[in-house]
Amino acid sequence: MTLTLGHFLSLGAMLFALSVIGIFLNRKNLIILLMAIELMLLAVNMNFVAFSYYLGDMHGQIFVFFILTVAAAESAIGLAILVQLFRNKSNINVDELNTLKG
Amino acid sequence: MDLKAGLFYAFSAILLFAAFRVVTARNPVHAALYLVLSFFQAAMIWMLLKAEFLAIVLVLVYVGAVMVLFLFVVMMLDINIDSARQGFWRHFPLAGAVGALIALEMAAVLMGGFRISEEPKAVAVAGQAAGQVSNTRDLGILLYSEYVYPVQIAAVILLVAIIAAIALTLRERKDSKHIGASEQIRVKAGDRLRLVKLDATRPAPPPVADGAPTEEKP
Amino acid sequence: MSQSLSASVLLTIALAPLVGAVVTGVFGTAFGGNRIGRVACHSLAIAGVLLAFVLSAHTLWRVAVADAHFNQTIYTWMVLGNLKMEIGFLVDGLSAMMMCVVTFVSLMVHIYTVGYMRDDDGYNRFFAYISLFTFSMLMLVMSNNLLQLFFGWEAVGLVSYLLIGFWFKRPTAIFANMKAFLVNRVGDFGFILGIGLIVAFAGTLNYTEVFAKAPELAKLAFPGTSWLLITVICICLFIGAMGKSAQFPLHVWLPDSMEGPTPISALIHAATMVTAGIFMVARMSPLFEFSDTALGFILVIGAITALFMGFLGIIQNDIKRVVAYSTLSQLGYMTVALGASAYSVAVFHLMTHAFFKALLFLAAGSVIMGVHHNQDIRWMGGLRKYMPITWITALLGSLALIGTPLFAGFYSKDSIIEAVHFSNLPGAGFAYFAVLAGVFVTAFYSFRMYFLVFHGKERFDQNPDAHHDEQHGAQHAPHESPWVVTVPLVLLAIPSVVIGFLTVQPMLHGDFFKGAIVVNAAIHPAMTELGKIFQGPLAMALHGLTTAPFWLAVAGVACAYYLYLVNPALPAAIKARVMPLYTLLENKYYLDWFNENVLARGARALGFGLWKGGDEALIDGTLVNGSWKLVALVSGVVRRFQTGYLYHYALWMILGVFVLMTYFVWR
Repeated sequence: MTLTLGHFLSLGAMLFALSVIGIFLNRKNLIILLMAIELMLLAVNMNFVAFSYYLGDMHGQIFVFFILTVAAAESAIGLAILVQLFRNKSNINVDELNTLKG
Repeated sequence: MDLKAGLFYAFSAILLFAAFRVVTARNPVHAALYLVLSFFQAAMIWMLLKAEFLAIVLVLVYVGAVMVLFLFVVMMLDINIDSARQGFWRHFPLAGAVGALIALEMAAVLMGGFRISEEPKAVAVAGQAAGQVSNTRDLGILLYSEYVYPVQIAAVILLVAIIAAIALTLRERKDSKHIGASEQIRVKAGDRLRLVKLDATRPAPPPVADGAPTEEKP
Repeated sequence: MSQSLSASVLLTIALAPLVGAVVTGVFGTAFGGNRIGRVACHSLAIAGVLLAFVLSAHTLWRVAVADAHFNQTIYTWMVLGNLKMEIGFLVDGLSAMMMCVVTFVSLMVHIYTVGYMRDDDGYNRFFAYISLFTFSMLMLVMSNNLLQLFFGWEAVGLVSYLLIGFWFKRPTAIFANMKAFLVNRVGDFGFILGIGLIVAFAGTLNYTEVFAKAPELAKLAFPGTSWLLITVICICLFIGAMGKSAQFPLHVWLPDSMEGPTPISALIHAATMVTAGIFMVARMSPLFEFSDTALGFILVIGAITALFMGFLGIIQNDIKRVVAYSTLSQLGYMTVALGASAYSVAVFHLMTHAFFKALLFLAAGSVIMGVHHNQDIRWMGGLRKYMPITWITALLGSLALIGTPLFAGFYSKDSIIEAVHFSNLPGAGFAYFAVLAGVFVTAFYSFRMYFLVFHGKERFDQNPDAHHDEQHGAQHAPHESPWVVTVPLVLLAIPSVVIGFLTVQPMLHGDFFKGAIVVNAAIHPAMTELGKIFQGPLAMALHGLTTAPFWLAVAGVACAYYLYLVNPALPAAIKARVMPLYTLLENKYYLDWFNENVLARGARALGFGLWKGGDEALIDGTLVNGSWKLVALVSGVVRRFQTGYLYHYALWMILGVFVLMTYFVWR
């Protein structure tokens, strides 16, 4: 059948759902968590590009451009924090990061 | 078009499979590699959507830089893989249920709501009228006219990211004797010199009587 | 020919006692450093009141002879929208008469105090207080607007409080002065409601303007009810009079007020302050004439007071209490006259009563001094040999009190009885019976006191509570009081005898009170009927010998003579036979018990309940403490969401998105 916008959006939704599952499942590995966040951003970018194509508007792609920039910056800083965390605690267990609990 | 649809389904399937393996891989290196695969599939899908520039940028920047960075970090950290997997599958039923629910509901809404199947005629006509269609050119025109200011801000964000990453993780060399300039200037006399008052002369101590035990023999 | 009086003269009358009070009070007491001595203090105070009296007498002469009057505002001290608050004077027949009475009695009491309070430490303070009282009472009677009247009203209440509790180290005195103040407050509450209603509906406080608006006000109904507005106003005003003039049931403070020194019992609680209520109702006669309900109420209350307070006077053993209950009863008489629309008769009785009651109180004080501060009449007797001047003046005062023809009291009391007889209001029958029976009772208790104190066997040595003063050595015989005490007695006895004869015609049946007192003769015919039968003071006295009140009085004197001189053992026997009645009288109809145990305890219980239930439980417990407890409770539950785990937060976010999505899908 012909591809509709809905197909692409559903793809994005499923990617998003997968990454959320990933966040929820990975309690022992912080790196996988960060990767899941990258997947989330990918899902959003998918949405933007699909809309840009089907609505004939270039602005969607511009936005993807910026999201890419920010995602790169964010993953760099995130990994830096992770390295520092590892230096202090010698593991990257998400389970142990609960000192902010109320 | 059938080819397009077929390609789309193929790419999507691999993408979803790769994404699933990212979150469920045992070895973090494998997970990173599966993430690379999923980015490639996404780039291909974007090609189908006539967003060539973004597709290439995704591969170059994301895969080329960000994923490499991930791999660096993964390999640098000495992670105990076994303990990292304990209790993983315990939470899967709940997570799977939530995820499936979300995905199906969103798919239902989106498939039902967005039925546009043709790219707008205006763009196709304009592209044909202007001769060679260049996605890059269009992006560039917009970026440097309407979005100049956000581009500058994006540059600043990247600068901040660099500085932040360095500031977070920089460790000093432990054997370096370097003293920072500001610390040198801040020194006070009292930190370096202590005056002690002592008499110039002192009465001699009384002589020790013979026969009393004296200091040990050298 | 109607002339105006001089404003500066009137101001001097009011302010001279005030100057005396302030100088004496500030510099004569420890407050200002005890700079002036006793002689200077009493001279200054007496000079102030003497000046006020001389000028008041002159004013009265001008009003009576030259028909002068004065109704002006001296100073406007505040204007609130349309309402002006002023200091002003209204001097006509009514106020001129009151000014004279007040200043004369005050002057007598000032002179008397020089002798009576000679040994007291608070000598200067006392003079300051009684001069201050004179000032307040003068402001009250000379006022031309309701606010100044209320100022004077409250000020006399205050000074009464200060004077009743003059010996403030005595617990009974403090109890009595609080009681007087609080009971007065109840009356004042009604009074201020009345004033408030007048301000609300007439928009002014000035007498002349209010009286001009009275006919319109009389047509209005009180909003929300079917009562006439003017009835509500008059009853509220009269409640104030009930408090100040000690009518039933707000009379309970007057007997207790005998804790104060005798001079003030004479000045305040016989002649002047307690008559402020009577004066106020007479002054407001243009308003009261429009409300038959209010007048009927006044009539009944006055009658109850006149009769039942008289009964209580029969069994009292303290000489001052007998006179106090006599005052209550006579105030009831005045009130009855007001109810019968015989305002001028009431005011006339006010004047005669001021003289002979002040005389009786001062004589009682002289007796108390003479028997070395014993006040119990059971341990007196035969004093006429030792204190002749006191004896004669007390006899004259008692004769005036019981209404002996030709004496002052006769004219006023008989006029009251006749006026009530002619009144056609619903309670008039009961009132007539009450005032008539009261004549017998009055005669009985007055002469009981007279015989027990001045005649009979001498019983000074039988007093079980006698205290032996060092300065008097062993039991001394009683002695006459010094001239500063007896001269006022003589000076008060003279008007007690002659003033009725001299003034009954112009005051009651002439036009002395024209303009001041307004009577609607068509519906309240008492005064006109009274005028028809009046044929001159001498004729009235001769006619009086044949009327019922005279014979009732004679019967009362005869009974007292028999029971206390001829057969002294009989009263005890009678008391044994009617013990329940005696107990009822002794407990003053249990009104004090009711006030203390039901009202006071009830109020304290209410306060306690509001404190515990309202303040502690509701406001502190539920609102203040409850709010933080609720916050703590909720936060205790909510904080469980802060697990610190990132994945929990992500899960909740995603679930939230899911719920939102579902909501929008299902809409």
